[in-house]
Formats: sequence, C-alpha cells, structure tokens
Amino acid sequence: MFGFVARRLLYLLPVLLAVTLLTFLIASLLPGDLAYVILGDQATPENVAALRHDMGLDQPIWWRYLGWLGHVLQGDFGRSFRTGQTVLQAVAERLPVSIELMLLAEITGLVIGVPLAIACAANSGGAFDRFMTGTAFGMLSVPTFLSAILLIYLFAVELHLLPATGYVPFAEDPVGNLRFLVLPALTLALAEWPGIMRVLRSDMIATLQEDYIALAKAKGLKASRILFVHALKPSSLTLVTVTGINIGRLIGGALIVETIFALPGIGRLLVGAIYTRDLIILQGAVLLVAAGFVMVNFIVDLLYAVLDPRIRHGHA
Amino acid sequence: MNGAPLLSVEAVAVELPTPRGPLRAVDGVDLTLGTGRTLGIVGESGCGKTMLSRVILQLLPKKARLSGRVMFDGQDLARLDRERLRKLRGRSLAVVFQDPMTSLNPVLTIGTQLIETLQEHLELDAVHARTRSAELLAAVGIPAPEQRLAQYPHQLSGGMRQRVAIAIALSCEPKLLIADEPTTALDVTIQAQILDLLAREQRRRHMAMILITHDLGVVAGRTDEVAVMYAGRVVERAPTPSLFRAMQMPYTEALLAAIPKLDAAPHTPLPAISGRPPDPTRPLKGCSFSPRCRYAVARCHQEKPALTASRSTDHHYACFHPIQLAVGVDA
Amino acid sequence: MATLELTIREDVAAATARQPRRLGVLFWIAIGWMGLVFAVAILADLLPMPSPTDMDMLERRAPVSVEHWLGTDGLGRDELARLIYGARISLVVGLCAPMIGLVIGGALGMVAGYFRGRFETLVVGSMDVLLAFPPLILALAVTAFVGQSILNLTCILGVLGIPAFMRVARAATLTLARREFVIAAQALGATHARILLRELLPNVLLPLVAFFLLGVAITIVAEGALSFLGLGVPPPISSWGSMIGEGRESLDVAPRLAFFPAFAFFLTVLAFNLVGDTLKALTDPRQGAL
Repeated sequence: MFGFVARRLLYLLPVLLAVTLLTFLIASLLPGDLAYVILGDQATPENVAALRHDMGLDQPIWWRYLGWLGHVLQGDFGRSFRTGQTVLQAVAERLPVSIELMLLAEITGLVIGVPLAIACAANSGGAFDRFMTGTAFGMLSVPTFLSAILLIYLFAVELHLLPATGYVPFAEDPVGNLRFLVLPALTLALAEWPGIMRVLRSDMIATLQEDYIALAKAKGLKASRILFVHALKPSSLTLVTVTGINIGRLIGGALIVETIFALPGIGRLLVGAIYTRDLIILQGAVLLVAAGFVMVNFIVDLLYAVLDPRIRHGHA
Repeated sequence: MNGAPLLSVEAVAVELPTPRGPLRAVDGVDLTLGTGRTLGIVGESGCGKTMLSRVILQLLPKKARLSGRVMFDGQDLARLDRERLRKLRGRSLAVVFQDPMTSLNPVLTIGTQLIETLQEHLELDAVHARTRSAELLAAVGIPAPEQRLAQYPHQLSGGMRQRVAIAIALSCEPKLLIADEPTTALDVTIQAQILDLLAREQRRRHMAMILITHDLGVVAGRTDEVAVMYAGRVVERAPTPSLFRAMQMPYTEALLAAIPKLDAAPHTPLPAISGRPPDPTRPLKGCSFSPRCRYAVARCHQEKPALTASRSTDHHYACFHPIQLAVGVDA
Repeated sequence: MATLELTIREDVAAATARQPRRLGVLFWIAIGWMGLVFAVAILADLLPMPSPTDMDMLERRAPVSVEHWLGTDGLGRDELARLIYGARISLVVGLCAPMIGLVIGGALGMVAGYFRGRFETLVVGSMDVLLAFPPLILALAVTAFVGQSILNLTCILGVLGIPAFMRVARAATLTLARREFVIAAQALGATHARILLRELLPNVLLPLVAFFLLGVAITIVAEGALSFLGLGVPPPISSWGSMIGEGRESLDVAPRLAFFPAFAFFLTVLAFNLVGDTLKALTDPRQGAL
C-alpha cells in the first residue's frame, strides 16, 4: 500500500512540474508584449524597454521560469498589475463561490441521479428503465449553455421566479445567496445526473444478480430495504470515484455557467484575466486550477485503491 | 400427524426461453412433504433440483414460465400476491444456499443480517432482536456469539458462515427449510457437522426440511424420503430405507456406485457415470437416461417411461426395466 | 475533453450490463438527420433563400412568414438562411478538429501501445499534463491571444482532443498487440511499420472511428459554447453557438431566435452521439472477445 502511494507520488511530481512549465510557456510565449499592454497609451519605446527591464522581461525565458517557479514554491504567485491584488488573494476571494456552486451542483446531480438509477435497476429492461436511459442519453447531448438559456427562459423570463444573474455572499444574505445559485447549480446538475445515473444503474444491475440479493429476497425483506441497504452499498464504488472526478473537473470547468449567470467564481476570474490580458493572474490561477485537478485525481486514485482491497480483503 | 401434507408440488414445470429454444428446466414434477418430515432431492448438476427449490420459494428468473401448483400450508404459492409471499418467506419458508461466501452480504455485519429478519417478521425491537440473534448464533454452535454480531462474513471461516446462514434461516421458526447443497462448498471435515446441525435442529423444531444434494450418501440416514431427479423429472421416489434396500432405477444405482467407499481397496477406480447429462434444449423422445444406461433397450429410446409404482405403493420409479438392487447386502 | 475521458473510465468500470445494440430505427433517423444537415450545409449556396447577411431593418425580429420561413433576427437577417450557413461553420469545425486528434492522437497511441517502455510513459505522461488543464480555459487563452479565427479555433480544439484519441488507440493496440496474428507476423519477419500499418491499424481504426463521431459531438458543443460567449468563431461569421448567444438577448421578446438554432444544435449533437455510441457498442464486444 505504501509502495503504491510512493509510486503514484513519484509519477505525480513530474506531472505537476510539467504543468507549471506549460502554464508559464503559454503565458509567456503568446504574442502581445506584456509591457505594451500595461503601458497602453504611454507605450513609447523607452518606457517599454524600461518597464521590461524592471519586470525582468528581458531575461532569458528559462531564467524567468525558474524565478517564477521559485516564487511559486514560496507561496508567492505574483501580483496583478491591474487590480493590485495578489493572485492568492484573488483566488481566495473567488474560491468559495466556485466551491459552493460545485457542491450544490454535484449534490443536486446526485439527488436526481441516484434515485433514478435505483428505480431503473430495480425494474431493468422495463418501460421506465428504457425511458430514463434514453432521456439520460439525450440529456448528455444538451450542453450546459443550452440548459442555461432554457432554464433562464423558463424561470426568469416567463415565470419570474428566479433571478437570471447576480450573486450575494452567503454570509450577507443566505436566502438571496441560494436564490442566485439555484439556476446555475441546476444547469450543472442537469449535465451531471446522466453520468451518475448510468454508472450507478450499471453497477446495481450487476449487484442485483448476486446470491446475497436472492437470499435477501428469500428472507422476505421489503423491496426498499433490499434496494437501499443490501444493493446500494456494494454498488457505490464506481459512483464515488466518478463523483470525485466530477468535483475535480468542476473546480475549473464551470466557467460557462459562471459567465452566463455572472457569478464571481474562479472561472470568471480566468475569463476576465484573458480579456484584460492580466497574465500574472492568468498564469497563477491556471496553475492553481490545474494543480488542484491533478491533486484531486490523485486522491481519487488512492481512494479507489483503498476501497477496493478492503472489500477483497477477506476472500479466501 | 396425518391430513393434508405441508407442501404439495403438483405437475410443476418451468420453461425458460433461450436463444437455442425453450428450455424445460423442470419437466412435470410431483412431490409431497408432510410437516416435520425430511425429503432429500438428489441429482447431478443441471437436473433441475435447484430450479425446483426456486419454484417453491417463487424466486424464479423473470423470463421463466411456471405451470402447475405449489401448495404450501393450504395456499398456492404460484398464485399468491407479492406481499403475502413476502410475509411467508423468511417466516414460514426458509432457505440455506450453497455458498455462504456469496449468499451473505459482504458489506453488512452478521448482526445486521440476523436482526433485520427478526425485526421484519417478528417485529422485535432492537434490543430483543440483538439478544435473540446472539442466542441463535450460540444454538448453531458459534463460539463468542456477541462478538460475531459485529463482524463481517469475510472474517469467518466457511463452516462458520454456513452456520450463520442456518441461524438466519431458523430465526423465525420456519415450517419448511430448504437446504440447497448446504455442504458442497465446505471442507469435507465440516460437512458432517453442518449436516448433523441441520438434522438436529429439524428434529428439535419439528420442521419440514428439503435437503438438495448431488451426493446420495448425504441423504442416507438423514431423510425420511428421497426423490432422485434427472433431466428435470423425478425418476425415482421412495422412503429412504426402501430406496437403499431395493433400488429400481439404473440411474440411482449408478449414483450410488459413484460414491467413493472408505473400505474399498486403494486405487479402486471410481465407477463414474459415463456420458453427459442431456441437453435440456433438445429433449429426447425416449427416456432421458437411455443414452447412458447400460440396461437400455430399443423401447427405452422410443418411449418415455412414466413414474409408476409397483408392489409397494410408496416406491415410485420411471423405468421399463427396473433393476431390483438390494443395497447394503454386499457392503 | 474531460467528458471524453470520463466516458472511457465509465465504460472500463461498468462494462457489465451492456446489451449488444442493434441498428434500430433511432440509428437510421440519426443518420438521416446527419445527412440532411450535411446536404444543406454543402448545398447552401444553391438553395433558393434570402442571403444570410442581408439586413432588413424594417423587418427586425419578424415572426414566421412566407418570405422568412423562420422569421428574422435582431438585424433583420433571414433566420433560416443563417441557420443553414451556421450549420456549415459548426460542421467544419466539428469535423476538422477531431480529425487532428484522430490522426495525431491515434498515431501516438498506436505507437505507444505497440512499443511500450519509456516512450509510452512519456506519451501517457504528456497527455496527462495536457488533460490537467481546464480545456475551455486553454482554448480561450489561446484564441484570445492568437486571435479569433476558424483556423485557430479548429487547431486548438483539435489539439485538446489528442489525449482522448491517444487513449483509445493505445487501449486497442494493447489488447491487439499480443494476439496471435501479430506474433505470427513478427515471426514471419515483418517490420514494425508493416505490422502497425497492415495488421494493427485496420483493427484499431474501428474503435477510433466510433470515438471520432463522439468527438465530433463534443467539438460541436465546445465550439458552440465558445461562440455562445462570443469567444469562438469571429463575428460576423456565425455558427449555431453564436446565434444562440445572440438570441439570448431577445429571450423576452422573441425566444425563437435562440431556440431554433438551439434545437438544430441539440438534434445534430444527439445524432452524432447516437451513431458514435452505437458503433462503439458494436466494436466493444469484438475487442473483448479475445
């Protein structure tokens, strides 16, 4: 077990390093001189040269990379020249919004997907099962931005029930906060539930063929108990890993939803940095998001290995 | 103890659709079992004995088609609604499956699996259910029962797990217990213990029991009546002593001969039954056993013998040329 | 692209209860729809309809009529014509980008799966690095800095698809490389190139093509999302995505402006998903039956 973790870590480190390198290269090699961008109107050749010297932009690229990496490892991701915030401050401000959205989305996806999966597995092959499987498949072809405008049209434009855009922090106004997050979370949940349902349904159908389910039926237990207690637990392994992967993906990937619904999350931070050519923020935030994704994947891999042998642990 | 039998299986047949054609897993079986009596069902793999047990429990696969009646305690189980069937199962009807490693849920504790049955059928509260569960474990011979309740199946040995399965089956004082090859997956040394445990509990509770096995030796001395199945039908049925005293079917004779004998000389070749069990999707015109029977004549390949009785009324067999073998004479 | 990755993991973990899917009615309807979309996209110039760029300021947001079968948009342009020309753009990007992934990713995957060793670790590792980045951010960053154009968009979406195709090709190659016909070819003295091209490629091609169709669906979605935000195809060129984005502004007065392209979008993505998924299900059992 320990060897497994060590080996995975050994593989992880070069990947993380390569991620930093790629991030830096992308930000640095793209056309659009940073100094020009910053100076804007005052971009005379002398000023540009002076600023470049100040910012160390005239150094060779590998030197700049190492310098940046050195700072990063000490926790200094740089400071935005637009807003004056450090990258960490900017990210820390936006992180709670993204996390809240992601958690609400994933939970809603589970609330929709898990019961449907159980209902389908219990009557697999029946009309409901085929209908739901078809719907889930169809749902996978509806991209988030489509669901978003559909929901906005329904709830904001036609029914005037929920706001289309906006955000208020939870601490200030819990109810308002949730009201603003309902549509975005629902949009994401609509994209999450088909995957969840498919995976759990598949595993449950396999589990329901097992002998211990036959014995549970022979014991005369209620169908609900058999499904929720006897069948659900052994079938959850893949679901747990899939949920973990989804959460990792959602951390950086909800940018479309954040943009549409004007939520001040990490996704919008990145989009904004691209618009305003704020390379420092872009570099730092992309690194954090990518590194976060790698770490989450790593944890999910570990979790899988931990959960698996424990179940096999007692087999003769 | 006379009157209507507890269980009466009447002209039961089970048909399964398969890509190669309909498969008659059970092909017209009649059986009865009285209260407190033990019936042994013996046959090779694929003879339909497990499917028959599923018929009694009404746990057939979705696509199976059942015909005939299954009378239990005055009710036709095949026509009972789901809710009443559910109440019967676990309470009046219980089962012990072959492999306790797969028949016990690996992610639930032993305690949970015992307690839930008690709570469902006897409506005991948690405390009483727990106490009763510990008592049941002790009754089936498991040491330190209190500790076991918190353990998982994979933490116990094979024999112990089967004892747990038996405890679960007995927990609500069933009228009928079906034991489907209860010892096949266990060590030889444990087999006798488990069988003795079953026999003991059966006598004590005056419970009817069906013992399903492929080993004739298992039913000798532990059952009141034996039914031998082949290719979905019962080919011989008699009270146990009569069966062993005067075997009629060549198949039964072959089954008996296949049991290794302790007192045989070393390296005595085991007289296995030559040939293979018939393909159930291609039923034969004549007797199903005829291709492998050493006494077969032309008539056996043409006609199917019906289950009849001659001489004594309770010894039935399905053969045109029954042999009258006295077992034990030359033992 | 992360969705592609997820699809692979899902199937690996839950491949138990998959029934072989026959080519049912839905499959052929999907093919039919794809054919229709292709046809109108290719023949757009020949169709008798108003030009998609003609602005008629007097007829802005006009409802469905005989002249304008689907009405007009916010600038008076014929909606149906725009829809048909939009199909062109969406299809061009949707088909060309996964091509890049198929060719480069497929080649990398086959070679990696065949030769194994350090080359394989290097390839798989670099793909993992690429996969670590939120793909839309990468696409956005590149197009924002390099400039919005159909070419740039196609290239970056194509590059983002390489890891997924690599995985499919590598997985297929790993299972095939150890089968008898490969060993036999090696025993007969065939060169690596010959084996790769003549023995392995035909068999790896099938799952790759199935995956390609799914890739088309995902690319159409990605391009749609970017264009929706105004960051995909450069205006005034419009794909379905940008039409939906523009329609968003008129949701309260003329929701059809968003929903017509949305509906076409959904049907096309669904069709590609359906066909791709059916082909994938057909090639799966073949792969498994060693």
